[in-house]
Amino acid sequence: MPFNLLVLSCLLYVVFLFTVAFLVERRAARGRLGWLRSPLVYTLSLSIYCTAWTFYGAVGYAARSGLEFLTIYFGPTLVFIGWWWLLRKLVRIGRQHNVTSIADLISSRYGKSNSLGVIVTVIMVVAATPYIALQLQSVVLAFGVFAATEPGGSRPLDPGQIAVWVAVGLALFTILFGTRNLDAREQHHGIVTAIAVEAVVKLLALLAVGSFVVRGIAGGVADVIARIDAADLAAWQVQPGRWTGLIFLSAAAVICLPRMFQVMVVENEDEGHLARASWAFPLYLMAMSLFIVPIAVVGLDRLPEGANPDMFVLTLPLAEGQGALAMFAFLGGFSSATSMVIVESIALATMISNHVMIPLWLRLRPKAAAGDDLRQVVLMARRLAIAAVLALGYGYYQVSGGSAALAAIGLIAFLGVAQVLPAMIGGIFWRGATRTGASLGLVTGLVVWAYTSFLPSFGPGAALSAEVFAQGPFGLSWLRPQALFGTEAMDPMIHALFWSLTLNIMAFCLGSLFTFPGPVERLQGAAFVNVFEGAVGPQRWARGQVEPEALLTMAQRILGEDAALALFQEAARAQGKDSFLPDPTPGFLDSLESRLSGSVGAATAHAMISQLVGRATVTVEDLMAVASESAQLLEYSARLEAREAELTRTAGALREANEKLTQLSLQKDAFLSQISHELRTPMTSIRAFSEILTEGDLPPEQVVRYGKIIHDEAKRLTRLLDDLLDLSVLENGSVQLTVGLASLQGMIDTALTAARATRPEREFTVIRDLPSEAIYLKTDADRLTQVFINLISNARKYCDAARPELRIVVRQRAGRVTVDFIDNGKGIPKDAQRLIFEKFARLTDANRAGGAGLGLAICREIMTNLGGSVAYLPGQGGAAFRVTVPLRLETLAA
Amino acid sequence: MVAHVLLIEDEPNIAEAIRFLLTRDGMRVSHATEGMAALVLARQDPPDLVILDHMLPGMSGLEVLASLRADPASRATPVMMLTARGRDREVAEQAGADRFMTKPFSNAEILAEVRAMLGQPGPTP
Repeated sequence: MPFNLLVLSCLLYVVFLFTVAFLVERRAARGRLGWLRSPLVYTLSLSIYCTAWTFYGAVGYAARSGLEFLTIYFGPTLVFIGWWWLLRKLVRIGRQHNVTSIADLISSRYGKSNSLGVIVTVIMVVAATPYIALQLQSVVLAFGVFAATEPGGSRPLDPGQIAVWVAVGLALFTILFGTRNLDAREQHHGIVTAIAVEAVVKLLALLAVGSFVVRGIAGGVADVIARIDAADLAAWQVQPGRWTGLIFLSAAAVICLPRMFQVMVVENEDEGHLARASWAFPLYLMAMSLFIVPIAVVGLDRLPEGANPDMFVLTLPLAEGQGALAMFAFLGGFSSATSMVIVESIALATMISNHVMIPLWLRLRPKAAAGDDLRQVVLMARRLAIAAVLALGYGYYQVSGGSAALAAIGLIAFLGVAQVLPAMIGGIFWRGATRTGASLGLVTGLVVWAYTSFLPSFGPGAALSAEVFAQGPFGLSWLRPQALFGTEAMDPMIHALFWSLTLNIMAFCLGSLFTFPGPVERLQGAAFVNVFEGAVGPQRWARGQVEPEALLTMAQRILGEDAALALFQEAARAQGKDSFLPDPTPGFLDSLESRLSGSVGAATAHAMISQLVGRATVTVEDLMAVASESAQLLEYSARLEAREAELTRTAGALREANEKLTQLSLQKDAFLSQISHELRTPMTSIRAFSEILTEGDLPPEQVVRYGKIIHDEAKRLTRLLDDLLDLSVLENGSVQLTVGLASLQGMIDTALTAARATRPEREFTVIRDLPSEAIYLKTDADRLTQVFINLISNARKYCDAARPELRIVVRQRAGRVTVDFIDNGKGIPKDAQRLIFEKFARLTDANRAGGAGLGLAICREIMTNLGGSVAYLPGQGGAAFRVTVPLRLETLAA
Repeated sequence: MVAHVLLIEDEPNIAEAIRFLLTRDGMRVSHATEGMAALVLARQDPPDLVILDHMLPGMSGLEVLASLRADPASRATPVMMLTARGRDREVAEQAGADRFMTKPFSNAEILAEVRAMLGQPGPTP
């Protein structure tokens, strides 16, 4: 068998596949797929489940472990026959929500969380990389088998080089047909058809080899059965635990593998196809497994000891000199490998670009690139992702050296992708499943899988050190990767399966039970779980049963009468109609919807037309979108309201300020006029008497008397000016305080002495409690004394009792001292009490003994400056004032 | 016939100065320090002229003026108002005051005004 011929036929086969894909794509572009959209193609495309591992490896598996290889077929068979309602639900959800990958499904279900999408993508890439490497390895091994039989025998064959060329070729093919254009549903008709062709090739190849083995080598069916009975194969015991585990694992894998999800859900054209596939696909699997045991038994029989059973499918025909049959088998294996790699890389690239690259690009892109065509960016991301996935697979192949047995890698990958199962099944059947639960489950599963299965697969001393294998990390023996929690003596595969999924499910359920889903999550959960309850029609408007008049009425209400009429007339003219009402064609409905959405928002416009066109079902998404639009409107109007309230507040504040200013201005006028009066009054007397005195002719006693009047009035003027200056300084806060320690008793003594000058002729009794006055204050003693003088003078001046008395009561509380001055007069009338501290608030002129009515105003200002207060105390019998001073005056802020 | 002037003024020193000036000029001066007493005095002993301070304790000068004007006996009696505040002039004139003087004033000034109001000739040279 010439090696060149092998390479040539390979190339020819690839060109053939290219042609098939190309032609189908062209037909698809013209919308004439016809029989290509049949259940047959769908079923055949599902056969992508059978990779090179199944094609070559199943025989090896059988040769090593007997009938256990059947579990890999039982799992999918069970799913398709027994659980096809589960698949139908997945397909329905996929179609209804335009699901593009398994990562998209999970992220969409759990509130469109991209972080979940990233987690699933990571799991899938990690699990699929060795699996892709496995395909490359199988092709290289197959080439190696042929090279070994080369007559020259010396032809140097570099496996690495072959692997490179295969990887590059596959990347090229996938990029060409996988990223031709961007479809919302990520469907690739050309590739699916090419894969269906490959499915036929691999099945026929395996059947051909099988029937040759049965007919050509062994002496027919009976002989084969006899050989099987004689072989050790039959003696291998069925281990129920391991079998159950493996069947479960392959069942999970057929749902969760990225490539299976791609062909089964994403590329699905029609739910009916699934019904057909539910029995046709198991039949295909049965046909694929039909000759596995005979080939294994005969191979073990006929081929020399030590021959790789993984390659029996090729080596048996070659050993019998059947070059053409071997070539066919080779193409079958080649098909298995390539179809798997192509679809897997498309599925992974979709996930990587949608969940990792595009979100990153959108976040990091420079502002200037904002207007770029996103389509081109997405396509470029896809191409890069495909190249990256294949590069990863090739890299893994190079690093691992392609040593491990094929079946082992396959099972590890199966277990990896199975970690998605709880989040997926939980998501579509349990509304209580939450994003947190899903994240916890997925991450837990990923970690446990990596620790118990993926990393140990490199062997002790590679990814995990030999000590960790033997004693556990940090000497914690219960954490040994292949004997978690002391579960020794378990098959490593089953051990990993049990612990990763158990912990995964536990984390998922607990996380879901202890967290509450957000609103989007709840809606998506309901939409996924109850997917069969609300049927949804096509996305575009079908020609409806709607009356154009109804549409016009609605449009007029929203757009205004004339604008709506103009829109309709224009559409009617475009349809070539005389009337102003166009037919409700899908195109017209679309344009009307977009026009309405400009006014009321897209979701509302869609829902309104839905109502009129008679598509009674308004989907959850529609409602959600309407709700979010309403929320935006509400928020906007709330903002307006807030602004209006703010304006009202500002206006109120301005009005208040204006009133205050007006009042201040009035106060200022009243103050000036009052000062004018207080100044002019003494000046009148002074002027009059000084004129009288200058005229002469007065008896001496009158001269003396008038001179004294002038003197008194001049003093009155001086006092008034003093008070005014004092008040002005105190009010400005520019007063200089001289703070020091002073005895309260001393200050009261001084004040009493000074106040004696006021109406000195009156008998005036002062009642004090001297011990209570033994307090030292840190304050401005002169100023405080001034206040006391004022209050005592007022009492002397105004107290109208026959035997006037003044009680001075001192109390100390909470760092403050109060000094009350209470006389036994009539007191101050209630309505006057609040006036007395105002300037010039002299209540009665009856006992005017000088003073311009500024005394209490000055007291108030002094007390403010001293950090205390002075207030009128009502209900004390006579007039009563309370002075409150802090024990220690803190230095006031400048 | 000696002219009778009723002086209503609460500032004792100003009252004393005016009384001195008018008495020296040969007039008879009655004095009240607040409105009620003044009205009683005016009824008992009708004056030929009233000198009325604007700012009085109790009844204000304007209220006293209104009462005088309300009484037929004193309706025609000329009234001179004194004020120490600038803005009271218009109010006082509207209320029916005949003359208006702002404190402080010169002695000659007030004497001339009083004489003029009483229809007396100017000061004897």
